[in-house]
Formats: sequence, C-alpha cells, structure tokens
Amino acid sequence: MDAASNLIQAGYIVAAVLFVLGLKGLSKPRTAVRGNALGATGMLVAVAVTLTDNKILSYWQLALGLVLGAAIGTLLATRVQMTGMPELVALFNGLGGIASVLVVGASFLEVRDLGSEPTTTFTLAAAATGLIGAVTFSGSLIAFGKLRETIGSFGFAGVRVLNGLLFGAGVALGLSMLGAPTSLVLIVAIVVIGLVLGVSGVIPIGGADMPVVIALLNSLSGLAASATGFALGNSLLIIAGSLVGASGLVLTQIMCVAMNRTLAHVLFSEAPTAASAADADDVYAGKVTSTNADEVALLLDTATRVAIVPGYGLAVAQAQHAVRDLTRVLEQNGCEVVFGIHPVAGRMPGHMNVLLAEAEIGYEQLVEMDAINPTFAQTDLTIVLGANDVVNPVARDDPDSPIAGMPILDVDKSRTVVVIKRSLSPGFAGIPNPLFAADNTLMLFGDGKRAVVDIVQAFAEL
Amino acid sequence: MTFLLALTLFVLAVFLGVEVITKVPPTLHTPLMSGSNAISGITLIGAVVSAGAEQTTLATWLGVGAVTLATVNVVGGFLVTNRMLSMFSTKKKRR
Repeated sequence: MDAASNLIQAGYIVAAVLFVLGLKGLSKPRTAVRGNALGATGMLVAVAVTLTDNKILSYWQLALGLVLGAAIGTLLATRVQMTGMPELVALFNGLGGIASVLVVGASFLEVRDLGSEPTTTFTLAAAATGLIGAVTFSGSLIAFGKLRETIGSFGFAGVRVLNGLLFGAGVALGLSMLGAPTSLVLIVAIVVIGLVLGVSGVIPIGGADMPVVIALLNSLSGLAASATGFALGNSLLIIAGSLVGASGLVLTQIMCVAMNRTLAHVLFSEAPTAASAADADDVYAGKVTSTNADEVALLLDTATRVAIVPGYGLAVAQAQHAVRDLTRVLEQNGCEVVFGIHPVAGRMPGHMNVLLAEAEIGYEQLVEMDAINPTFAQTDLTIVLGANDVVNPVARDDPDSPIAGMPILDVDKSRTVVVIKRSLSPGFAGIPNPLFAADNTLMLFGDGKRAVVDIVQAFAEL
Repeated sequence: MTFLLALTLFVLAVFLGVEVITKVPPTLHTPLMSGSNAISGITLIGAVVSAGAEQTTLATWLGVGAVTLATVNVVGGFLVTNRMLSMFSTKKKRR
C-alpha cells in the first residue's frame, strides 16, 4: 500500500466514526445540531482524502461538478419554505440514488474498456446498484410530484402484479449478468426496469401513506450507496450507506406502527376502501353543529387548557404563523396551550414539528400522541386543524372499520372540540368521521389560515 | 476487498445503524431523515474518482454528472438540516 492509499484508508475510518457519532447526535434534540455538523465534517474528511487518490489525473472536471453541485445545493437549501420540506427531502433522496447509478455506470465502462474480467462481486453489486438506485431516483421524483400535487394518485388493476413482475425481471437480469458481465445492454435494461418500477411502485400510493414512502426511499438511497461500495470495494461507502439504509428502515417501521399497517400492506395492497364503513349521510345527517369565529373566541376566553391538533391541512393552508399568533394571545390570557402531534400527521415523518418550529412554537409544547392522550379529559377545548383520519374515533371503536386499530388522538374526550375544515369531505381513508357529528364537536367551516386569523381577531375584540 | 469482508462491514453497519437510531423522538424525524440523507450522498467519493480518472470521455462525464448530483445531495442536505435544527434551538434559548 502506498502513502496515498494509507492516508485514504485512515481518513475513511475517521469519516465512518464521525458519521456514527453524527447519526447518534441527530437522534437527540440536545445534540442534533452538533450531530449534523459531525456528519458534515465526516463528509469533508472523506472527500478531502479521496482527492489524493492516485487514479485522479485531472481535476478540472471534478472541480466543475463540485462547484456546480454545491451552488445548486446551497440555493435549494436556503430557498426552500418549511412547508416544502417533504418535497426537498424526496428530491435529495432521488439525487443520491441516481448519483450511485452513474458512479457504477462509469466504473462499469472503465472495467469493460480495460478488457478485464469483472469479479462476481462487482457484477452483482453493479446490477443491484442499477436497480435500487434507479428505483430510488424515479420513485423520489414521483413522490416529489405528488407532494407538490402536480401528479395525482392513480392505480390500475394489476399495478401491484406489474410491480412484482418488474422486480422479478430486474433480479433475473442481474443474475443473468453473471453470464455476460460486460454486457452494456443488460445493465442499461436493469436501470430502465428500475426507473419504471420506481414510477409504478410509488404512483398508486396515496397521500397519507407518503411518510412511509419517503422514509423507505431514504433507506433505499442508503442501500444504493452501500451497493456501490460493494462494486468499488470501498469500505466507507458500504459503512455509510448501510447506516443510512438502517436508519431509514427504522423510520419506516415507526411510521408503519403509527398507522397500524405493515410495510407490505402499504406497498402491495390497495388503499383502504370505504366498503365496510358507514354511509356519510347516516353519520352526519342533522347532527353536525357549525359555529363561527366569534363563538370559538368566547369559548377560548374561558378555557384554561387548550390543545391544538394539526394535520396536513395546516401545511396546505400555511396556517402555522396564524396558529402561533393564536397561541400567544391565549397564553397572555392565562391559558395553557399544547399541541398534539400524531406520528404520521403531514406528509413526512416529523412534518408538523418542523412547521411549528418554523413559526417559533417551542418543541416542549409539542406533545406526542401517547403523552397527550390521557390529558384530553382535562382539556377544555381542542382545536383540530386540517386533521381527519388521525382523530377518527372509529379506529378505536369499530373493529370493522378500514382504519380499525390505528392509534389515534383521543380528541373526542375533551370537553369541547372545534374542527376547522373546509367541508365534511372524508380524509385519505375515505370514511366519514363521527367526531364531526359528536355532541361536543363544533364545526368551523373554511380555510384553515383564514379561520384562525378570524378567531384571533374575534378574540381581540372581546 | 473480499466479498466476505464487504459483507461483514455491511451487516455490522446495519446493526449499528438500527441501534443508534432506535428511540429517536418524533420531533427529530424530519431533520434525522434529511441529515442521514446527506450522509447517503457519500457516493460522492466514488464519483470523485470516476470524474478524475481520465478513462473514456463517457465515463468521465458520467462521473462529473455523479459528482454534481451527489454534491447537491450532500451540501443541500447538511445545510437544510442545519437550518431546520437551528429553528428548534433558537426557540429553546429564548425560553
């Protein structure tokens, strides 16, 4: 081993340690900022020592890529609105995936042009990277489009079968590469299959399942990097890629538990149907009480404990700053305000927490589901803002419901519930919500942001 | 590196990743995801070698493309994570 490769190996060990410490730091609020900085330092070390690699003969193309990438990355990261965070994370996942495909593609060409016989490990790992990386890329782009609502959800009969066939074909082609390890046609075919599979795999998955999809794509982007490491014989790629792959899987699992569904169910079964659910007219007819901002302000004036339960509707209406204003005036009035956050509220894990943090609501006010549920009975007023299925009591009460067994926020146990919503339309599960017709529920129909602004104004005029 | 050694690293790193991440509070799910996503941009180091190795023109430009995309992933990922986390922490200081 020469001096340069010793330096590289030493740098890789340092980087691997920094990545582990960084991830560990990111999993605790107190150490998260430092954790992120450690991860970034690890990356800097890894890239710096790699630049000393003897194989690198020319630096200008390299510099071009680095400068361009850094400029675009900085622009995206500083411009994005917090409501756009799920899209950005989806996009970054996809870029990592396609970068791995390109790296393996370049070294595949290199091996082929040198006329050397690739090892079995290289061939299989290149095929795996091609498939996983391409799925990550196109799947992430579809997720990006769905989150921006430029792409709708649509499934067609047999789409899940098609996905199974595509995956099987990808694996079969990968294995067949063992017989023709330098076949450009085969590797390109694998990448194309991966791209199609990413599209057809993500497109039928509905909006509320997005947190699972994003977490899974996160995991896949790590696995693609890890597979690249197998192909290149690069220890750091294997270690860092697997760490991310594992952390993405843990998050995926957390999301699935929060929805009482298995990953296989999210990916391979049709979205829950309303077949067994009660008819909307039976649930709502004559029982829904609507209210207005003035009435809600009066209720809030006498409340000593208010819980706010946000859902995706908060993000759509960009209502987080209005909610902050409401929180401040209530607190000045001597009222305790807490936020009940369902683990899958929003479109990515932790989505609500980020939005509320942006609006400068302290994270100690954001209470997890298990912690807030026992306290609803002592809550004077709960405001449900843009959430539906995660507060639907049938999940708890009706074993035949499509969402039966999903953990929910027990908002119906608070003294009064105000639901801010545009209409009585069902949530993602497609079933009516008896909460809206409950005796202690008042419906405030309208745009989420507008409604909260109106309440704040009405409160000031009391 | 032998396949067996690579596999050993893979298996150990997966276990380590699971151990390190379990019990992360929901507040940190988004930053954890974007931060770990930035780490998965590690494929950048493979890209750097491909882009600079002066093999065929096509291989070089695939490498340059990979460097660009991976750098967007890495730089953007760490920056945006830092931005999110600083929103959490400035609030804490003010209290």
